[in-house]
Amino acid sequence: MKDIMTFSKGGIHPADNKALAEQEAIRTLAIPPVCVVALGQHLGKPAECGLSPGDEVQRGSVIGTASGFISAPVHSPVSGTVKELTRIRLPNGQQTAAVIIETKDESPEVIQPSDEWRKLSEAQLLERIAAAGVVGLGGATFPVNVKYMVPKGSRVEYFVVNGVECEPYLTADYRLMLEKTENILTGIEIVRSILHPEHIIIGIENNKPEAIAVMQKAVSALSTPITVTPLKVKYPQGDEKQLLKAVTGREVPSGGLPIAIGAVVSNVGTLNAVYEAVACSRPLIERIVTVSGSGIVRPSNLRVRIGTPFRALIEECGGFIGEPVKIVAGGPMMGFAVCDLDTPVTKGTGGLLVLTEKEYKKRERTACIQCGRCIKACPMGLNPTRLFKWIDHLDYSAAEDEGLMDCKECGSCAYSCPAHIPLVQGMKLGKLMLRKKKAN
Amino acid sequence: MEKTERLIVASSPQIHCGDTTARIMWTVSACLAPAGIWGIYVFGFRALLVILISLAAALAGEAAAGKMTGRSTLKDGSAFVTGLLVAYNMPPDVPLYIPVIASLFGILVVKWCFGGLGCNWMNPALAGRVFVFFSWTGGMTTWRFPGTMDMADTVSGASPLGFLKTSLANGVSGEGLWGSYPVSGMDGRVTGWLNETLGLSMRGGYADLFIGNIPGCIGEVSALLLIVGAVVLLIRKIITWEIPAAYLGSFIVLTWIFGGLPMGRGFFSGDVLFHLFSGGLMLGSLYMATDMVTSPLTRKGMLIFGFGCGFMTFLIRQFGSFPEGVSLAIIFMNILVPMINRFTGPSRFGVTTRKERQG
Repeated sequence: MKDIMTFSKGGIHPADNKALAEQEAIRTLAIPPVCVVALGQHLGKPAECGLSPGDEVQRGSVIGTASGFISAPVHSPVSGTVKELTRIRLPNGQQTAAVIIETKDESPEVIQPSDEWRKLSEAQLLERIAAAGVVGLGGATFPVNVKYMVPKGSRVEYFVVNGVECEPYLTADYRLMLEKTENILTGIEIVRSILHPEHIIIGIENNKPEAIAVMQKAVSALSTPITVTPLKVKYPQGDEKQLLKAVTGREVPSGGLPIAIGAVVSNVGTLNAVYEAVACSRPLIERIVTVSGSGIVRPSNLRVRIGTPFRALIEECGGFIGEPVKIVAGGPMMGFAVCDLDTPVTKGTGGLLVLTEKEYKKRERTACIQCGRCIKACPMGLNPTRLFKWIDHLDYSAAEDEGLMDCKECGSCAYSCPAHIPLVQGMKLGKLMLRKKKAN
Repeated sequence: MEKTERLIVASSPQIHCGDTTARIMWTVSACLAPAGIWGIYVFGFRALLVILISLAAALAGEAAAGKMTGRSTLKDGSAFVTGLLVAYNMPPDVPLYIPVIASLFGILVVKWCFGGLGCNWMNPALAGRVFVFFSWTGGMTTWRFPGTMDMADTVSGASPLGFLKTSLANGVSGEGLWGSYPVSGMDGRVTGWLNETLGLSMRGGYADLFIGNIPGCIGEVSALLLIVGAVVLLIRKIITWEIPAAYLGSFIVLTWIFGGLPMGRGFFSGDVLFHLFSGGLMLGSLYMATDMVTSPLTRKGMLIFGFGCGFMTFLIRQFGSFPEGVSLAIIFMNILVPMINRFTGPSRFGVTTRKERQG
């Protein structure tokens, strides 16, 4: 099939293991007795909280306000009482302020979508998205209202909807496409009236034929032309740069944003959140999380309130089978290994994986044998082994000259490395050191 | 449910393809095995002895170096491959101290003096072979006809390539060059069958070369079994097609165009099949030029490297004073690898101009 596209450079084909959870319809997880809501759960400045212990909060009320241009408000996912203001450690290792809320029984939520948003201006729509705290749910958690503020003079040729979900195991976006097709399409409509793109393309990898069929059927009934583009499976196609290369053939320049090639990309989960924010006036207080892996009794896709501890998700899915080797927040390629089951779900948590020895065996690191597999795997055309050596020798600026900042930590190199060199760890360190140097 | 004390917390990616350096090395050894077994079959117990001695020396060298540097590297299998390749590059009747010295030189001087596995800039086995070749040329060029050649009484003889060089030096030219070279009964049957079924008029001797009924080093004689092993390596993605294809392709074309010149036959008359299956070309192009450590990193680099190897092998074989040029050609190109890597890096995503690319 010549028509089916993918990106050209690098990429890998890990086993997708989506069969574990893809048939599981989304279930709503019960509200936990205690919610831990992080104030810094998006890219940019953390939200500011003016509450103190003992304060009452309502479901959807603001508990943290956006504190800068790139920031997002945080809403209370439950009704209850503020028990404590504290600091917690998120799966990615960062510490952040958090509000601990003791929940009380809440009235059932009635969601009433309306069409009244069609009368709103672009600025008003953006304001609603911002007020609802919507961030990119694909994992980057970039505030969506900022993303949709197109710089003056730029034209949006392509609005690309990301239904790729290239991370193995994860099926949250897939279920959403099957179950909330109309919401996503309304979300696209809303974004269309903000960005006025010339083309709208929905990219879906062809290991999800049902999702492709459902979306194709849904868009064929619409008056506005939307293309559903099936893509050849290859990781990391869900990265916006690779997705844009696959569907438009254009390369986002190094260091640039998609708008540089006239494109904006949004994940299907984000569009569902945009729909809820704009059409239902509902802030982002829950998300879909895939709980999967060979170490979990019943792999599932759960609708979870933000702030729910991982423990509750695992209990809902029947607990562990055998002894877990790794527990991962997010996908297996870019997700973070956690050791504390009290870590809460944040806006960026797309998956919770319980991996056993079947899926991950710890191996010793050996010397680099110059096999070149990392170079072959890198979708950004970098030389990971060389970058790693520069970083190992503390020469961060030499690594920067060879493109370190282009690295998005997709993990293709380290996944392929027969010497088990922690390449991504090195890249993360190098990028952190460069950012620190620039900040000084 | 709380069985979380032994959870691994590590940087992403959280999964791995599962391949290891050791698996790569042991697979290479396994794919080399059939050619070695053939060597033992045709040259007898003596060949097995050479293989065991080389392996023992290589592993002892690796163990000693590991002891000195506090690293335990025996299990990664790389020293085993080196020992095996050293043995495969020895004539069956070589004095036993020669493979010992070759293995130790390769492991200790060429590999560990530069930092061990991954840091050597020259293939250790080849460096060992070249070192002993120039030090004990006599012992390294004494050949024996294999047991399958029905020449049990004739103990020593020239290798096909050596025979050709000597004939040329003696002023023999034209078609009769290796016509006087002995041919086995097996070759007669195979060639006869091929000529009959395919309607060819192929001369005798090629089948001997391909199957391995020729005097030569223990592991290099059977082109057939070396190719079988290499196909497995290709399927397992341990070697890639670039280096063998560029190496053999350029060698075939050059030999075809210019190979007839030394024999006074003019252009486009080179004996491609003879040169392809004689000497160490198969062993070198499939197993030694493809050594990951000492070959370039990218496709472009590998192609350049392969062409260079093909060109140098052709040059030495046709116009040099040695009958065989594979090991020298590969070593020469090994030296150029850092430079090839420098100029053939991957092209970056989203970077278009040359200036940008260089930062």
